[in-house]
Amino acid sequence: MTWFEMQPLLEQACWDTLYMVGWSTLIAVVGGLPLGVLLVLTDKGGLLQNVVANKVIGQVVNIARSMPFIILMVALMGFTRSITGTTIGREAAIVPLAIGAIPFFARLVETAVREVDGGLVEAVQSMGGNTWTVVRKVLVPESLPSLIASTTTTIVALIGYSAMAGTVGAGGLGDIAIRYGYQRFETELMWITVAILAVVISLIQFAGDYAARSLHRRGGTSGPAPKLRLLKASTATSKTV
Amino acid sequence: MITTSGLTKIYRAHRTRGREVTALDGVDLHVREGEVYGVIGQSGAGKSSLIRCVNLLERPTAGTVTVAGQDLTALAGRGPRAGKELRQARSRIGMVFQHFNLLSSRTVQDNVELPLEILGKSGKERSRKALELLDLVGLADKAKAYPAQLSGGQKQRVGIARALAGDPKVLLSDEATSALDPETTRSILQLLRDLNRQLGLTVLLITHEMDVVKSICDSAALMEKGRIVESGTVSELLATPGSELASALFPVSGEATDAHRTIVDVTFHGEAATQPVISQLARTYNVDISILGAAIDTVGGLQVGRMRIELPGRYEDNVVPIGFLREQGLQIDVLGQEPVLLKEGAK
Repeated sequence: MTWFEMQPLLEQACWDTLYMVGWSTLIAVVGGLPLGVLLVLTDKGGLLQNVVANKVIGQVVNIARSMPFIILMVALMGFTRSITGTTIGREAAIVPLAIGAIPFFARLVETAVREVDGGLVEAVQSMGGNTWTVVRKVLVPESLPSLIASTTTTIVALIGYSAMAGTVGAGGLGDIAIRYGYQRFETELMWITVAILAVVISLIQFAGDYAARSLHRRGGTSGPAPKLRLLKASTATSKTV
Repeated sequence: MITTSGLTKIYRAHRTRGREVTALDGVDLHVREGEVYGVIGQSGAGKSSLIRCVNLLERPTAGTVTVAGQDLTALAGRGPRAGKELRQARSRIGMVFQHFNLLSSRTVQDNVELPLEILGKSGKERSRKALELLDLVGLADKAKAYPAQLSGGQKQRVGIARALAGDPKVLLSDEATSALDPETTRSILQLLRDLNRQLGLTVLLITHEMDVVKSICDSAALMEKGRIVESGTVSELLATPGSELASALFPVSGEATDAHRTIVDVTFHGEAATQPVISQLARTYNVDISILGAAIDTVGGLQVGRMRIELPGRYEDNVVPIGFLREQGLQIDVLGQEPVLLKEGAK
């Protein structure tokens, strides 16, 4: 296979991957964030303590997380058809990808939100804030650096899952690597895909880490712009309690 | 301004294996309008539960809490969630915390604006009020800083400014100075005292540091095992023979030189402080008096003198001179003798 033959294939595959991962990440965040916050709120000693609800949500999340993605995709075919009208293609792959990622992201959100100091919740309550105020003004903004890191982890996991979406004809980089690279012995093409995946994942990880760190820095230590900090690292004041 | 009656809090926690822990055991507290009231006690005495019950962050098991004439326990309703009325009542009670509890993701100004956001004030009004309060606590130049860039004392000033944002009549202070060094503690206490005077703010504070009570409180209560064992204005406490709080507020030291001697603590305040009683005593009864220790201090804004003296002979031999001292209007505590008035609930 020549580069001219490979180029349009790879281009299309990149767009397919971005399309699937982008939409499913968006849905996972929209669905997983409230679910993760609810897991914390309904837990023992939480603001909306409800042991039954907590157990039910926790179990659903655990079952969905322990399901191998390829099985989840097959199991959800009926549901997928009822939403997208088809079980084949990019749109159809987004449904199982999102549903697989929601519980994954919800658990990460739960861990991040649990880290928030209970004293802050108490402070907002003492000002007359209700549970919704606590979520909006404390739990989410205070755990934002961790939430961004969690989103990065979810995107990277979804890129991995999306390789399997090829089995329903959704395309994407993983699909090309399997169909052309493995099944048609186009080893070159496979290595190129692997390289692209590695670069994409590194870029996403870097961007996510940068965003999380610059938010954290604001709350963590003093200091001007990030670039200057490298020079003034020793003079940056440490966090005092 | 703040009244609790029969306040009881019993924790039934799983981690104590079904055992009940009584944190508050029928606490009656009365804080007058415009005073600084200190509750002192060791950790585990129930101070934290008490202050959290005042704005119902903790639901009392029994008893009532009234703040500014409003029965908060009646507003609480059933269930752990706070209803609208209780939340409104809370917004009129400011609270400052030991660990400041500032949001690290917000600037100093935004932290002070938070209670105003909850009250639904407009952006313009919020920033005007926040800057005004930051000016009041002496941090006008730090409005755009993040809490992590501030020292402990500055953080607590922000905490105080935030607590005042809703124009409260009552301020609750939960060990506000316990995480601060002595120098900073003094400046924060001074600020609380100033605010109390300028704004007519009623302050209820809990602490384990006697110095806090000594420097700013008008009244104080001593808590032990969920009960208030002593309470009153500082001058009442100092005038109470055998008061543990009074002797802790104003300690005098000095050991007896001989077992066959009588040690007497003499407390002067008001008129009696100007009388030359010791020399009168020596002349009238012809006794040799040794002074073991003496101090004059300001406690709760009152000049108080305390002296520990030693008289030769046992207590039985000194009944007459001690009677003379009592007649002079001095408060006399004889060491090793039961005080005249038994304290309520004492061991």
